[in-house]
Amino acid sequence: MKSQAKRSIMKIARVIRSKNSGPYELTLDIMFKDRRDYELFKKKKLITAGKIAALYGVDKSDVLKIIYFEPSQAIKITLKRKIPSGTPGDTDIYGAQQHAPLLNLKF
Amino acid sequence: MEKRKKLPPFKILSTTAILGYGFPESSFKKGLSKKPDLIAADAGSTDPGPYYLGSGKSFTNRTAVKRDLRLMIKAGVERNIPVIIGSAGGSGARPHLDWCLDIVREIAIEEKLHFKLGIAKADIKKEIVLKALKRGKILPLPFVSPLTPDVVEESENIVAQMGVEPFIKLLEAGAQVIVAGRSYDPAVFAALPILRGYDPGLALHLGKILECAAIAATPGSGSDCAFGTLEENSFILEALSAERKFTPESAAAHTLYEKSDPYHLPGPGGSLDLTGCKFEDIGQGRVRVTGSKFVPSDGYWLKLEGVHLAGYRSISVAGVRDPIMIGEIDEILEAVEARVRDILGKDSEGSRFYFHVYGKNGVMGELEPVKKTESHELGIVIEVVGPTQAEADAVLALTRSVLLHYGYEGRLATAGNLAFPFSPSDVAMGQVYEFSIYHLMEVSDPAFFPIKIEEL
Repeated sequence: MKSQAKRSIMKIARVIRSKNSGPYELTLDIMFKDRRDYELFKKKKLITAGKIAALYGVDKSDVLKIIYFEPSQAIKITLKRKIPSGTPGDTDIYGAQQHAPLLNLKF
Repeated sequence: MEKRKKLPPFKILSTTAILGYGFPESSFKKGLSKKPDLIAADAGSTDPGPYYLGSGKSFTNRTAVKRDLRLMIKAGVERNIPVIIGSAGGSGARPHLDWCLDIVREIAIEEKLHFKLGIAKADIKKEIVLKALKRGKILPLPFVSPLTPDVVEESENIVAQMGVEPFIKLLEAGAQVIVAGRSYDPAVFAALPILRGYDPGLALHLGKILECAAIAATPGSGSDCAFGTLEENSFILEALSAERKFTPESAAAHTLYEKSDPYHLPGPGGSLDLTGCKFEDIGQGRVRVTGSKFVPSDGYWLKLEGVHLAGYRSISVAGVRDPIMIGEIDEILEAVEARVRDILGKDSEGSRFYFHVYGKNGVMGELEPVKKTESHELGIVIEVVGPTQAEADAVLALTRSVLLHYGYEGRLATAGNLAFPFSPSDVAMGQVYEFSIYHLMEVSDPAFFPIKIEEL
């Protein structure tokens, strides 16, 4: 399988988004179009705290949890916000535009 | 245990995602034609940031809130359907509640309506928080620092999200319209059915979805109604306009929205366990949900919210099109801040500088993985937060003029470095607040929130 070209997450996801989960957390959702892709990600643990930490340039300990949500065939990742929403220096009060690094995921 | 009578369906009309976001009258009328047992809306959120709680201002517009309330209260009072509003004025502290109550009283006079208005206050006195802190009854939420007495002292407008209990007390006292301060979003929908004996897990989960009205439908909308029917072992969701419907996917996906764990949703007194939850398409754009459970926690914990004043903000917006300047932007901004500090000395000590550089990392800041911009133009928001508005204005003005004429390495364009879209270029933004309290507090009586009934 090594010769196979890597696929982009953008081809298999239905939704990729970010949002505050309260003022201190940022939560990222990846919802898959196809249940098989979701199951593959889940089984092979293709999303890890290490991978997310590397994508966002943060410590692994800032990744609070990664949860697989069956009813929406979705992966939810929750990160510590760099600073709480609205604190001087914040760039995105609602946290709605912090998803772009996820679009670079290839597998 | 005595055998209960079978409960009839309990029908809830949720008008809008946030009071003031509006809803089509056609959807509202369709909802009324289904003879709801309750009309409710959540009015609050911490999403717009700490400013609104601190300043006592609503993040929604008064005219829009009055329009929504007029339709809801008129229909509710005329048909004898309870109308419940939670987190009044957006943040639900005293000034927000008073603001919303004024609107309700105006509507009562204008429409010649008479009813019992139930009021619940969510403000928590500092003494209560300090006492709880001393007794170890305060816990920080994830990534929040442990609370200290100093932080409590400097915080303003401390509120707690009330659960269903104060609403139940007001309903038992005969309130026809209830306006409450900061509330757990689902409480306005769940209180009456819980009082009538419906399962709290189903009632709260239904409330959790209805608090966003038609956002959980597809296509989603925060400005349209949604209808929920609670039964003994399930609840049904439906949209009220032909253009949207509920699907198992849309309802389930909503459970993910703005939450860190979609299976366990903590709230006052316990958490919703959705691990056994099923979403089923029952046709005609309706979804049946089963399996939602409420698991009471050890002790009754409420979420506290509070903010403190962090200073005063002044900003200036400008653009840069010069490629030489764009290539050196980080060094230039650093040098400009140093020069301003050098010129002002002590007078800039209390001020903080933030350069939001759009086209580079204005959106993601430190999280931005693209370190070198390839943009041909940049937008810069120069932000200064100072201890007073006058200091912020002074530091901002100097920073703007120093950056405008700064002679950076290799400069060819010597007439000015910034393109200002506006005159005046500087804006005084007023107070800046920061979240200071976002903790859980254990209480012995979940209905301790002050309530009263006013005859209108």
